[in-house]
Amino acid sequence: MLTGIAGTLESNDAMITVTPADKLTIEVKSVVDAFYHDQIVKVIKDTLFDSKIANISVMCQDKGALDYTIRARLLTAISRMEEQNG
Amino acid sequence: MVRSMLFIPGNNPAMLQNADVFGADAVIIDLEDAVSIQEKDAARILVKAYLESIDHPPMKIYIRINGLDTTDYEKDLQSVVTDQIDGIVLPKAKVCDVERLLTLLYKIESETHMQKIIGIIPIVESAKSVLEIEKLAALSRIQGMLLGAEDLSADMELMRTITGTEIEYPRARMAFACKAYKIDAIDTPFTDTSDNLGLIADCQKAQNLGLNAKAAIHPNQLETIHDVFSPSLQRIEWAKRVLKAAKKADDQGLGVFSLDGKMIDKPIIERATKIMESAKKYRLLPVEHA
Repeated sequence: MLTGIAGTLESNDAMITVTPADKLTIEVKSVVDAFYHDQIVKVIKDTLFDSKIANISVMCQDKGALDYTIRARLLTAISRMEEQNG
Repeated sequence: MVRSMLFIPGNNPAMLQNADVFGADAVIIDLEDAVSIQEKDAARILVKAYLESIDHPPMKIYIRINGLDTTDYEKDLQSVVTDQIDGIVLPKAKVCDVERLLTLLYKIESETHMQKIIGIIPIVESAKSVLEIEKLAALSRIQGMLLGAEDLSADMELMRTITGTEIEYPRARMAFACKAYKIDAIDTPFTDTSDNLGLIADCQKAQNLGLNAKAAIHPNQLETIHDVFSPSLQRIEWAKRVLKAAKKADDQGLGVFSLDGKMIDKPIIERATKIMESAKKYRLLPVEHA
């Protein structure tokens, strides 16, 4: 199965895994989930919107990453998934 | 001019997000040696996102790109050459490499309608680069030169030593060239981050040869580097007294005068003026002088 993974489980980073899907699913596990769950989901949705991607499965394991780090890791994961697709 | 340039690994979010709080005069975000080949893509994207997120940081920002002998440098430049950065640090730089980089920068700046003119800091880390130091210093957009002692010693087949004898010649040659062209002469990093006494001695050697800054590989090296490359309180006091006496002599129409039994003339007054300028820049003066 095509998968793109980027980032680490170090502090201030996020590990993001993406796979092709026929609908949008976003799963977030975060050390700051109680406070920032909605913000993380928003960053993911905004980044997907900017990348013109509607249907994809995103798994985000967040270790306190700032918004731009989550965005960067998601873009890298997508790029790596697309590279596998040729 | 800067005193310190702190290397920050380009794929390390924790270091990047704190880049503006370490207190370095400049940071070098590294896309080269600090990033593994498999993570080059991730680092480029992360650094680009970081640059888009910052607004007037207190330090200068440079990016060390991958060498022009790799397949990564063009992607690096496309990602990071923006108005947010001050310059590119070019590894293994020779004159022909800097000229190629200049062409690429002109192209990107023109295509993206940038406001800023991006500077270049070549790393002198091969015997050929050492022989080209004066030519490198004279090239357009060169803001400073950084000595890369580890690679240079490898190229020269020399062992690095704690005394640094093996790099005295390139240090001195670089210092003269940088002074002649009024650009930063930046010393090689001291690689043992736990040896502060060794760092002090290494900084002092570089400063005695005329270099004005040092690269750091850990934030804990910055305080020592700043201590050595800033004017000491003793020197600031001396400069203050020289300038005060110079004003008095000027009022009396004297070109040359003496202070503490030593002759004071124009070059010494200029040196005192530079010390006071540095002290002011690095906020080392009491409030009434700042």
